[in-house]
Amino acid sequence: MPDPIIVTHGLTRRFGDTLAVDDLTLEVHAGEVFGFLGHNGAGKTTTVRLLNGILTPSAGQASVLGLDPMADGPALRRQSGVLTETPSLDERLSARVNLSLYADLYGVPKAEVKQRVDALLAAFDLAERADDKAGEYSKGMKQRLALARTVIHEPTLLFLDEPTAALDPVAARQVHEMILRTAREGRTVFINTHNLVEAQRLCDRVGVMEHGRLVAIGTPHELARSLVRNVSVEFELAPGSVEPAMHALQALPIVVNTGQRNGTIVVSGAEREAIPDLIGLLVNAGVRIYQVTPQEPTLEDVYFALHSDAEVKQ
Amino acid sequence: MNWRAIWAIMRKDLRVVLQNKGVVLPIILLPVILFVVLPLLVLLLPAAMGSTGAGSNDLQELLAMVSPGLRAQLEGLEPDAAGAVFFLVYMLAPMFLIVPIMVSNVIAADSFVGEKERKTLEALLYTPTTDGELLTGKLLSAWLPALLVSLLGYVLYSVTANLAAAQLVGKPLFPNLIWSVMVVWVAPAAAAFGLTSMMLVSVRAKTFQDAYQTGSLVVLPVILLLLGQAVGVIYFSIWLTLGLGLLLWAISLVLLVYGKRTFHRTELIARL
Repeated sequence: MPDPIIVTHGLTRRFGDTLAVDDLTLEVHAGEVFGFLGHNGAGKTTTVRLLNGILTPSAGQASVLGLDPMADGPALRRQSGVLTETPSLDERLSARVNLSLYADLYGVPKAEVKQRVDALLAAFDLAERADDKAGEYSKGMKQRLALARTVIHEPTLLFLDEPTAALDPVAARQVHEMILRTAREGRTVFINTHNLVEAQRLCDRVGVMEHGRLVAIGTPHELARSLVRNVSVEFELAPGSVEPAMHALQALPIVVNTGQRNGTIVVSGAEREAIPDLIGLLVNAGVRIYQVTPQEPTLEDVYFALHSDAEVKQ
Repeated sequence: MNWRAIWAIMRKDLRVVLQNKGVVLPIILLPVILFVVLPLLVLLLPAAMGSTGAGSNDLQELLAMVSPGLRAQLEGLEPDAAGAVFFLVYMLAPMFLIVPIMVSNVIAADSFVGEKERKTLEALLYTPTTDGELLTGKLLSAWLPALLVSLLGYVLYSVTANLAAAQLVGKPLFPNLIWSVMVVWVAPAAAAFGLTSMMLVSVRAKTFQDAYQTGSLVVLPVILLLLGQAVGVIYFSIWLTLGLGLLLWAISLVLLVYGKRTFHRTELIARL
C-alpha cells in the first residue's frame, strides 16, 4: 500500500460546547480517492479546514504531505488544492481573470500562467466564454471554473467539498468525469460528500462521519459486507412459478416482492447465510429457478445501517 | 514577503471594487463636490449676490471670531481677499481630509467585508499566502488608491481655487506649505486611519452596507476640526497640520496593531 499522505491522531476541534471533529484518527494514502461521508454538520468541512492549516485544532495532531498544517501552512497549501463548498468565485471578474489571479497567488511560474489558464479553460469546457463574468455562468459552469481554479497550480492533493451539491444530474456527471480524470493523473483526492451514489462511483475508500466522529472506514465493499447483514436477492423463475414461489416464502420473516422484470421476485431482509436455504425451500416447493442474483448492498445501505445504529445508541 | 501574491490581492480587490457602483460613485463624487463644486460655490455665490451687504457683514463677523493666529495671517488683505483665503486655505483644509479617509474606508469595506459577503474569502484563505501578505495586500489596495485620489483632488482643487480666487487675491493661493504638508503627511495618515478603523468594523459587520454606514463615523473628527476652526478654537497652522498628521499616524498604528490581532486565517474562517 502506498505511503499515507494524510495522517491524523486524535484530531479534535471544539466550537464552544460543540465538538465539530471528535478524536479523528485517519490515514489517507497517496493516489487514492477517499470519500468523507456524512450529514451536513457532521464535521467534514471542519476537517478539511484543519487539514489545510486554516483552523487550529483543539487537540490532536495531523500530518499532510509530511507537513504540520499549522506550522507549515503556506508550504502545505502550495501543494494542495481545495474546492470549497460554494464555488467562492469573484463573480464580477471573468473566468480568465479569476484563474490568472489565482495562478499568481499560488506562485505558478509567470511564463506558464497564460498557457496553463488557456489549457484549463479548454479542458473544463469554458474557453468559449472565458472572458464573460463568472456571475453570468450557470451553476455547473461555475463549479467547473472553481474546479479549474483548484488545479491551477497542479497540486498533488485535492480536497473537494461537496463538489456536486446543487448541480443538476448532467452538470454533476460532468464534474464526476473531471474528478475521475484528475484522479487518473495520479493525484490524491479527498471528497466530502453526502451524496452516496457519488461516493460509490468515485471513491476507493470511504470514511463515515457522524456528529464529528469517524464511525466507519473502508472500501465500499468492505463496509457493505461488514455492516449490512441483510441482503436482497433476485430470483429469476420459470414461467408460472412466481405465485408458487411467493406462497412458499410467505411464512418466513422476509419481504418478498415481484421484480421489475417479468418472472422475477426479489427477496429482501434475509441474511447472506440463509440464501442456500431459500433456494432449497423453493426447489422443494417445485419452483424452477433459472438464476439467483444477490444484490450487493450499496453505500446507501451502509450509511443507513450506520445511521440507525447511531440513533439507537443515542 | 511574496510581493507577487500581494500585488495579485491588490489587483483582485481593485478590479472587484471598480465593478461596484456603491464604491466607485463616492470615490468620484466626493472629490468633485469637495474640490470643485464647494470652492466655486464659496467664491462665486457671494459675488453673484453682490459683494457688499448682508453677506459681507456676515463674513466680517465670522472673521472676527477666528483665532488670533489666523487673524494675523489674514491681516493686510482686502475683506473679500481675506474671505477667499480664509475659506479656501483654512476652512476647507479639514474637508480635504474627508477624501483620503472616506476613499480608503469605502474600499476597505468592500475588500474586508464585501469579500466575506460575496463568499469569496474562503478560497483566498486556502492559498499559500501568509496572513501578513494577505493583510498587506488588502491594506495597500485601499491605501494607495486613497492617496492617488487625494493627490488628484489636490491638483483639481488648486486649479479650481486659483482660477476662482485670481481676481480677488491677485496671486495664486496654491501650492502652499500647509496644503503640501497635508498632501504628503496628513492625507496618507488619514487614509491609514480610514482603513484601519474599517479593519475593526469588519470584525463584526456582515454586509458591505453595514460596514460602510458604521465606517462613515470616522469623518466625525474632521467635522470637529471644521467646527473648531469656525469658532476660533484652532486654526490650520503648519504646526497643527504636522501634529494632526502625527496624531493620525499614531491612532492608525494602534488600530493596526489591534486589528492585526484579529486578522488571522484561523479567526477569519471561524467568522465565515
